[in-house]
Amino acid sequence: MKILSLKRIIVIIVLIFSVVYSLPTFFSETPNWLTSLNAKKMNLGLDLKGGVHFLMEVDLDEVVSSKSKKLSSDIRSQLRKEKVRYVNFDHQLTDINIEFINNDNYKKAEKLIKNNYQETFEITKISDAKMNIAISDKTLNELRIAAIKQNTTTLRNRVNELGVAEPIVQQSGKTRIVVELPGIKDTTRAKEIIGATATLEFKMVDEDSDPYAAESSNQTSLSSKLYYDDTGQPVLLKRDVILTGENIVDASSGFDRNSRPSVNITLDNPGAKRFANITDENIGKLMAVLFIESKSEQKIIGGESKRITKKYEKIISIATIQERLSKSFQITGLDSPKQARDLSLYLRAGSMAAPMYIVEERTIGPSLGADNIEKGKISVIIGLILVLFFMVYYYRVFGLFANSALIINILLIVSIMSLIPGATLTLPGIAGIVLTVGMAVDANVLIFERVKEEIRNGSTPLASIELGYKKAFSTIADANITTLIASIILFIFGTGPIKGFAVTLSIGVICSMFTAIIVTRILADITYEKNSNLRVKKLNI
Amino acid sequence: MRNININFNFMVWHRKAVYVSLFLIFVSLVSIFTRGLNYGVDFNGGTIIEISFENSAPIEKIRNYLQDNNYEKSSVQYFGSNKDILIRIPNIISASESSLSNTLISKLNNEYTFSLKRVEYVGAQVGEELRDQGILAALIALALIMIYITLRFEYRFSIGAILALLHDVFLIIGIFSITQIEFNLSVFAAILAVIGYSLNDTIVVFDRIRENFKNSIIENIDTEDLTNSSINQTLSRTLITSLTTLLVLISLLIFGGEILFGFSFALIAGVIIGTYSSIYIASSTLLIMNISVKDIVIEIDEDKP
Repeated sequence: MKILSLKRIIVIIVLIFSVVYSLPTFFSETPNWLTSLNAKKMNLGLDLKGGVHFLMEVDLDEVVSSKSKKLSSDIRSQLRKEKVRYVNFDHQLTDINIEFINNDNYKKAEKLIKNNYQETFEITKISDAKMNIAISDKTLNELRIAAIKQNTTTLRNRVNELGVAEPIVQQSGKTRIVVELPGIKDTTRAKEIIGATATLEFKMVDEDSDPYAAESSNQTSLSSKLYYDDTGQPVLLKRDVILTGENIVDASSGFDRNSRPSVNITLDNPGAKRFANITDENIGKLMAVLFIESKSEQKIIGGESKRITKKYEKIISIATIQERLSKSFQITGLDSPKQARDLSLYLRAGSMAAPMYIVEERTIGPSLGADNIEKGKISVIIGLILVLFFMVYYYRVFGLFANSALIINILLIVSIMSLIPGATLTLPGIAGIVLTVGMAVDANVLIFERVKEEIRNGSTPLASIELGYKKAFSTIADANITTLIASIILFIFGTGPIKGFAVTLSIGVICSMFTAIIVTRILADITYEKNSNLRVKKLNI
Repeated sequence: MRNININFNFMVWHRKAVYVSLFLIFVSLVSIFTRGLNYGVDFNGGTIIEISFENSAPIEKIRNYLQDNNYEKSSVQYFGSNKDILIRIPNIISASESSLSNTLISKLNNEYTFSLKRVEYVGAQVGEELRDQGILAALIALALIMIYITLRFEYRFSIGAILALLHDVFLIIGIFSITQIEFNLSVFAAILAVIGYSLNDTIVVFDRIRENFKNSIIENIDTEDLTNSSINQTLSRTLITSLTTLLVLISLLIFGGEILFGFSFALIAGVIIGTYSSIYIASSTLLIMNISVKDIVIEIDEDKP
């Protein structure tokens, strides 16, 4: 056999690769020539680095129901405007049943809805004067997708304000968002900022009706709603919203002339235009700023636990419009400078399209992370040393071959892990490596036991090696492929820690096939080839 | 003792082994249905908070605080030393679940110096999903493995392998039920790893049985003898691999810390049970299903073009 066969060249390349790319992980400083080769440290998971992991559930039902409410009130007012007459208007979750006074009105409405909403609704005829309009599935889907997207973006903006290095904010499944903040110390603050839903709405005060009368009769006109200001006095606000947080592009906190905490707000162009028009028309009238927060609660309804989102609205200021306001202005009435700071952060980051709540949280303090790395290291090293000793004791020279293969195997796993983008080493991942160490020697044990058997059966030493490797191969392949099946399934269906385990196990199984079969074979060949002229009489196995 | 050359008559015991296994599975099932499993927050939902205090931990104070806030079912224990505590709060339907850790911590912050080591909160719904997903993953893995073995061997082999795997899984879950050691996501991962490992063992034995069947020229040779010698031929490998795997697992159990305890424990139990099952359960199934040289040899003849 040639000294430099293709196989050997490949093995040498792999060897160099595995040493070079695993170096940064084992040493604290990475020299420049390594960085230029794109070699980097293995990515550590939150359980090793410390940090926070949140899984947020986006309440999409809420988005659907509020959108549907809005559409239904739009339709109602358009019907009224166009003088289409109906006797019954029944709004359900995502559909509306309308009974018209006659077929003429039915046709008018049908035309109106088709013209104005096109594919938003699906119209079903129930009878000549009765129709059902349902929000189409397409619209609902688009609504949900847009809501998740907007929430993800807003969350990302908020997280960026926290100043964490390498945060992860991404959608997970259809209704969830994962937030990972490695290395963060103040988890309470992180949770507060991520979970908050605060936003603003601007509304005109209804000065034509008497709020006290509305309070005592518990009735308001259709166009206004009863609120209480911070002194507990009833106030009637018009239902029409002048501005929402969505129109705000920038916000910063500060103090006004009387050194009260304030928020300086900058609007987008459409918002500024509308705001200018409305304030211009209403100089001398009262305008209110509403602070809105939604909180999600879990309640038991009919034996089932359900999430209910409650909206908390609070008037933070009511002021007379002194002049035409447009792009930027200042609001006051906040409780504290902190509230002003937080509110401006939320407004800056953009509004949430839907309320969210935390369904899973995993926080690992930095000290525990370091502790976990230490424990992982120690158990790998001790386990490895035990196996190395045992293999040399039991298989002598062949044990050394297996040990070399095992070490290359570990370096290879580390190299591949640090090169695959997104692969992170977690504590269960370390366990996966430990398990691979135990199982990687299995391939060698299979081969060596076969070699021994062949020797017992009277084959010559070199033939025994040849036959041993050949006969053990199919067993090794079968055994490893089934393990690989299990670990790939784990990877696909597993979450978090399980995925970490599956990644290292899969990589380990594949690498061990290579190192245990090819690397040890080459070592055995080289060792016994040299002596082939002298005729190998006995294998040291 | 560098060579294990035993010629032990394993198959003499194969029926007895089946009874013993059936009995153990029965005990496991009884325990699983009566005592149940001590699910961790991963599967049951709830909150775990681990806090390390600079001085001795105010355990009574925290207990009282939780009592006062309607978290009666929660537990507070020392964790390692009297400076470290672990608080477990089961999933209670309440608004402030996920913010409980926040309130508790800010309350403690005013009076004590401590560092927050770990908070794990899993909502009830997520817990349920993790459990369903886990069971689904295990079933899919089993199905795929069964298909692979049927393709590579014969259907009776895949039945033998699957029975051996189910045997292992039931016994491990049974052990977790009896000892009431916490059953969490990593234990679940360990069980799937055991499936992979035990399968390795089974396949090595099966491979030998198939090879010996192929090599036997006389068709009416005793199947039991062949199976027995196959097991003996692979015995040294089975024992050595189990030993090396156990060496690293024991290292993991001792040095890996509290978080990996359940994981390493499940794997150690799994390796021992898996070694036994691949010798007895998998091979016994073949014998009970009357596999004979003919089944394998004919198949090989058909394979020839």
